[in-house]
Amino acid sequence: MARAGKLKVFLGYAAGVGKTYQMLTEAQLLKQQGRDIVIGWFEPHGRKETIARTAGIEFIPRRVIQHRGAAFEEMDTDAVIRRRPEIAVVDEFAHANVPGSERPKRWQDVMAILDAGIDVLTSLNIQHIESLNDQVWHVTGIRVRETIPDWVMGEADEVVMVDVTPRALLHRLERGVVYSAEKARAAAENFFTESNLTALRELALRQTAHQIEERRDELRLPEPVLAERSGLDERILLWMTPDPSSAMLIRRGRRVADYLDAPCEAIYMDRDAPRMAQHLNFCRNLRIPAHCLTGSDAAQAVAEYARSAGATQIYVARCTREAGRLVRLVKDMQVTIVSERSRN
Amino acid sequence: MASREITRPDPEELLRHIQEQERCEGRGRLKIFLGYAPRVGKSLRMFDEGLRRKKRGQDVVIGAVQSRGSEAVESFVCQLELVPPKLFGEQETIDVAAVIARRPQVVLIDELARDNPPGSANPHRWQDVEQVRDAGINVVAALNLQHIFEHLDEVESVTGKRARNVVPESFLETADEIVIVDVPADNLSEALGQHPTLTADALTQLRELALLVTAQVVEQQLQRYMDAHSIRQSWGTQERILVCITPRSNAKPMMESGARAAARFHGQLLAVWVKQEGLTREAGEAVEANLEYARKLGAEAHILEARDAIDAIVRFAHEQRVTQVFIGHSRQPAWKFWAANPVDRLIQGAEGMDVRIFPHGSRG
Repeated sequence: MARAGKLKVFLGYAAGVGKTYQMLTEAQLLKQQGRDIVIGWFEPHGRKETIARTAGIEFIPRRVIQHRGAAFEEMDTDAVIRRRPEIAVVDEFAHANVPGSERPKRWQDVMAILDAGIDVLTSLNIQHIESLNDQVWHVTGIRVRETIPDWVMGEADEVVMVDVTPRALLHRLERGVVYSAEKARAAAENFFTESNLTALRELALRQTAHQIEERRDELRLPEPVLAERSGLDERILLWMTPDPSSAMLIRRGRRVADYLDAPCEAIYMDRDAPRMAQHLNFCRNLRIPAHCLTGSDAAQAVAEYARSAGATQIYVARCTREAGRLVRLVKDMQVTIVSERSRN
Repeated sequence: MASREITRPDPEELLRHIQEQERCEGRGRLKIFLGYAPRVGKSLRMFDEGLRRKKRGQDVVIGAVQSRGSEAVESFVCQLELVPPKLFGEQETIDVAAVIARRPQVVLIDELARDNPPGSANPHRWQDVEQVRDAGINVVAALNLQHIFEHLDEVESVTGKRARNVVPESFLETADEIVIVDVPADNLSEALGQHPTLTADALTQLRELALLVTAQVVEQQLQRYMDAHSIRQSWGTQERILVCITPRSNAKPMMESGARAAARFHGQLLAVWVKQEGLTREAGEAVEANLEYARKLGAEAHILEARDAIDAIVRFAHEQRVTQVFIGHSRQPAWKFWAANPVDRLIQGAEGMDVRIFPHGSRG
């Protein structure tokens, strides 16, 4: 089910590591090789050296969208597709488009471009990957709102880690390469601390390694082996409740399922159904099928469903009232109690 | 891996902290550019950095250059001062005394894994680097993944080749900064042409390994930083899985499941046993066998002494920044309702961690 165009992601761990610069360096190289390449979206951030790297590459004019009396600019995806280049450069993969755009997210624009048979080079920071959202929050104290689902990352044919050390990045920040001096000071105090950056960098390194491994398995192992391997291991069932902690449960379950190549589904009780809309939407985004169970005894209903569905692991949030009872009911199964991660 | 008995880690931690500080004071910083194969451009990145530092006003010299002949490297090298190497017949080695006497702020050292010719003061180049750092001079160096001692087997299984000159990983961990020079395997594969052992697939595997090695060093640095700033963090970026061993629990499937998860996440596997009084001989042997199996699967096995097993496990798990605890379902019969169920107590205590509860005597 590969898409017609190839996707290459330049992954970084913070603003200023040089993702866009490296992406444009590659674009220049491809242009020199005679490839037909255009820029669909470029975010200059006022960095001179990066802007210089766009020299000689064709820009597709942006689209202006009116929203609440203001004009916003977005990528003109249709114009990129109509232009039919071989390769399009699309900066800031995780960007959310302004309301009124054809597609809510830029990654959806990128998918459309790929489906049209055009290769895409894009840039992304690690904190925008959905399943890492809790970890990123835990490390930095910042809840990232613009995220891309992990399966979108999985569509990438290539991921390159753009690496500099936190110390070098902090120096860049001090020298005003990344932001203006005033903004730099604020950034350093909040997000750009050495420990934050080090932790994010580690996440990015591990993510890139994981991505390479997945890709290698896809290329190397025949389809039946992959299918069999995923069938062999585990089957993960997530018990959601209306509690906000279910978002974390869903991310955690998705992440473990992805790493174990295991199928993953979610269930919730009908008593909770009226308050589940947000979590159900989240499940759809992360491609987790969800079912509603009926019954007066929730733990019993979950246990029965788990048996009939052949689940090997049930995930339940620590704060779910009947978690303890569920554990006692399914002594023949694995139950994972997921704890809310607090920041200390 | 060795098992070790843990009693009270706090004084140890404190000592480590003090030693670390003493070590850092006045010592030169070390920055390493790590490449996963020849021609990824690690030397180039190193000389580029040297030149940029020079332009910013730092006093930079070259202590060793290996990749002569490449035009790109040469264009950087000719703009920097070279401390002439010592000659042992045909072989060159860093003139450590001359570098120290020259007192630059930064010295660039290519091919960190080189062995010095017989008769040199230090058998290995990385020891020269230690000496230079001891003299308060900063070092920027380039290293190829193939030369890390602890990863020789993995590299050999991929490339069929085993490097003879090596650098221990413990040396890498003393680096203040490590940068991976990441290039997609496809690009490199073209550059290397039809290389007999470095196929595109081999390069991909080396690349993955290099990323993980870097992540591991970064993790150590993060830990050092956290220790130095007294930050206690319970949830690291690496998955750390702790399997609780009891004489009765069917530890095998639990250990196997833990080992699988640790392998998939490239995480750490730990096993813990809290000593109990009055065990039968069979029970004692069962525990020994379980611990042995844990070690065989690559787990770090720990034995604790404590009056309350669950308390000890919870404390240990927090200290070790564990992210998942594996334990067997409680065997406490339902009629013993007045006694707190140990699994429940563990769940209550294991804040910030997942607790995975395993059936007895089933598959993992």
